[in-house]
Amino acid sequence: MEAEQLSEYSVLIGGKAGDGIAQAGQLIASIFSELGYYVYQYIDYPSLIKGGHNFCIIRASDKPVFTHRTGVDLILALDQKTVDLHTSNLTTKGTVIYDSPKVKTEGQALPIEEIVAQFKGRAIMGNTAIVAGFCGCAGIPWNLAESVFRKKLTKETDINLLIAREAFSRTTRCMQIHPVEGASPRPLLSGNEWIGLGLLAGGIDAYVAYPMTPSSGVLHFLASVADEAGIDVVHPESEIAVILMALGFAYAGKKAAVGTSGGGFCLMTEGLSLAGMSEVPIVIVLSQRGGPSTGLPTYTAQSDLLFTCHAGQGEFPRFIAAPATPVEAFKWAAESVQLAWRLQIPAFILSDKTLSEGIYTPETTPEVRAYPPLPSPSYPYKRYADTPDGISPILIPPYKGEVIKVNSYTHDYEGITSEDSEMSIAMVHKRLRKAEKLSAMTDKPGAVICGGSVKAKTAILCWGSPRGVCNEVAQELNMRLVSPVVISPFPAGEFRKAMEGVEKVILVEDSSTGQLDKILSLEGYRTDELILRYDGRPFAVEELLEKVRRVAS
Amino acid sequence: MTSEESLVTQAQNTWCPGCGNFAIQHAMKFVIQELEAEGISRDQFVLVSGIGCHAKIADYFQLNSFYSLHGRTIPVATGIKMANPDLKVICFAGDGDLYAEGLDHLIHAAKRNIDITVICHNNRVYGLTTGQYTPTSPYGYKGKSTPQGLHEYPLNVIELLLGSGATFVSRAYTRRLPHLRRIFREAIMHPGFAHVDVLQICASFFNMTTWYDERIYETSESNAGLFEFACRTAQQWNYNDDAKIPIGIFFKTKKPVLPEKKIKKEVNRSNLVKTILDRAT
Repeated sequence: MEAEQLSEYSVLIGGKAGDGIAQAGQLIASIFSELGYYVYQYIDYPSLIKGGHNFCIIRASDKPVFTHRTGVDLILALDQKTVDLHTSNLTTKGTVIYDSPKVKTEGQALPIEEIVAQFKGRAIMGNTAIVAGFCGCAGIPWNLAESVFRKKLTKETDINLLIAREAFSRTTRCMQIHPVEGASPRPLLSGNEWIGLGLLAGGIDAYVAYPMTPSSGVLHFLASVADEAGIDVVHPESEIAVILMALGFAYAGKKAAVGTSGGGFCLMTEGLSLAGMSEVPIVIVLSQRGGPSTGLPTYTAQSDLLFTCHAGQGEFPRFIAAPATPVEAFKWAAESVQLAWRLQIPAFILSDKTLSEGIYTPETTPEVRAYPPLPSPSYPYKRYADTPDGISPILIPPYKGEVIKVNSYTHDYEGITSEDSEMSIAMVHKRLRKAEKLSAMTDKPGAVICGGSVKAKTAILCWGSPRGVCNEVAQELNMRLVSPVVISPFPAGEFRKAMEGVEKVILVEDSSTGQLDKILSLEGYRTDELILRYDGRPFAVEELLEKVRRVAS
Repeated sequence: MTSEESLVTQAQNTWCPGCGNFAIQHAMKFVIQELEAEGISRDQFVLVSGIGCHAKIADYFQLNSFYSLHGRTIPVATGIKMANPDLKVICFAGDGDLYAEGLDHLIHAAKRNIDITVICHNNRVYGLTTGQYTPTSPYGYKGKSTPQGLHEYPLNVIELLLGSGATFVSRAYTRRLPHLRRIFREAIMHPGFAHVDVLQICASFFNMTTWYDERIYETSESNAGLFEFACRTAQQWNYNDDAKIPIGIFFKTKKPVLPEKKIKKEVNRSNLVKTILDRAT
């Protein structure tokens, strides 16, 4: 890290809500991507529209990164709090670029208000000024900065460019960020956008959602591409309506997905159970945030795992994938659509605020798979025809001469309500056989991710977004990393292989009880140490290193 | 098998003798046969029901159906209609189902003028759960959950629907069969959200036959396009007092309808993903 030329950089930008911190962060991320870096952007903001304190950490590296570090090389301060709260994180050679005279500190002063006024810009354009200041300070060539500003600032571009040029020329170079040799820019999207893109690749025809942080990004993204993609995007009156509307879409032959967070999912559990009984397929994007109840709306958590596994009355198979990286988010969103429709079950993409609102370049190029068509039915059609694997072929209304009935009650093979003892048992067995089939289809390589020192006897165990930080810590400490992506049905075979030779298990989770530990105990595993975090903030590399070192020694 | 018989399944009918549901099923069967004769294939119909005695109609009709949840007919029907605007989607709902648990969906369906038909089997009592009050039960109603008498006034659902922007608002009565058929037919053919509040008796828990027979009359529908006139007609009876009860189409108008029919282009998803990724680079 102290070499002449750094292979990675971290930049922190902070200000009040309403200062355009998230957008400024994305501009910086885009500039790094343009230079050929892999990028990860963490955003921290309270639940308010104006005021408060927002900050982003943009980490750029010549290797894929999925987590942030505490230490930063540059701080861009649009308010005094940024300096007061974060200056202690500055690396020894780091510096601060700050809005003078509003902010009092040492470093490079940039009179933002004056520059914005000079070109009759709006106050929000101060974020353009400070990003341009960063470029000047970091030795980014003006033509590269200009091309990124031109591409990303599509409104009032001319004024923004004048402001940027002025701010750029008023800073002096304090470090030199070099382009990565031979690397070209990569797409930069939020986790929610990677999930949305995966849903499209998997073949959804409709997305139905009620706004709820941190899942709303999927709704916004899919709404913005709805016409281009030829899909319906609907925002109804409640999450109850959301899931039932989606089931209506699915019954009528349109693959539908929904998205929400824990609170909205509480309302959806009724419809979830209906999906289980009626065998109408659905994909649910569930992005976790701090709970219970309204909890910490804009902060992260992994405390809805057991809820997701058990939500809904009665017993029915469900698929749950918890991706940790952009390409995984894309891949498992697409797979969820396919699994839901192949098996006629609810399939979940379990995300959290860290993954959903984090902004990432992909670790590899995402592949769009071609999926085989669904099996065709036989006639006369029976919606719940009994089959060896319990999966009845789907027919879509209208179909001449055939009647297509789905039912929330226990029903017979035609879909007509039946409370007959033998028929009830037959339907239970049909659903159980689907569960076995699902298990066989998903307990495969890729269901559990291994990393770090793969032969090490001490394993760091995690699921979902903490994998990024856990993987770096495992590498640093020569430990093994084991991380299931498929959570339900639990991939027992793949997990057993991943854990061969492990003597000590350290579980890292963003919850206060260690929910994966409960699932593992049912599988006969025991964890030795729990490192739990439940303040809504994800671990930075340095923070987790210290925790793991302490329990490992 | 005649076409009439084949519209009904083999499922055993478990409605109580004298139940108003029989008249609703009978009238609907008649209308579907009539529309079929005029060229609308029976495969185009999708029936969506909630939970309660009314909902068994999904089992009894040999037609496409989605037997849904208590209060949840409308969002299911909305999804079906949005997915395929060519389908004729008809909701059958109970008054407890639709006006209690499902009330928000009803208001929003009217507001968005989704092109579905909602038929409320309004017997003003919970039948299948043995006689508790509903949002349209009269003040003082004594049920198992209100043995001292209900201390709430009923909702005037006609006023509520008019206030929600419904473009077709009507009331019918199960013992006026030709009228019931006509209203069903007009509701199904109405482009936009159509509501029929069907007064029926519950033979086991709230038998109002004589009371209704003495008060119900068919309104003139000559002013059905006038909103203020509709509001006045709606106020003639408030589901509580001892007034004459108008039945018929209270209000009928045209507004932009959901879903808009638009031709969806076939999109190569692999190319689409690539385009979006390029744009994000």
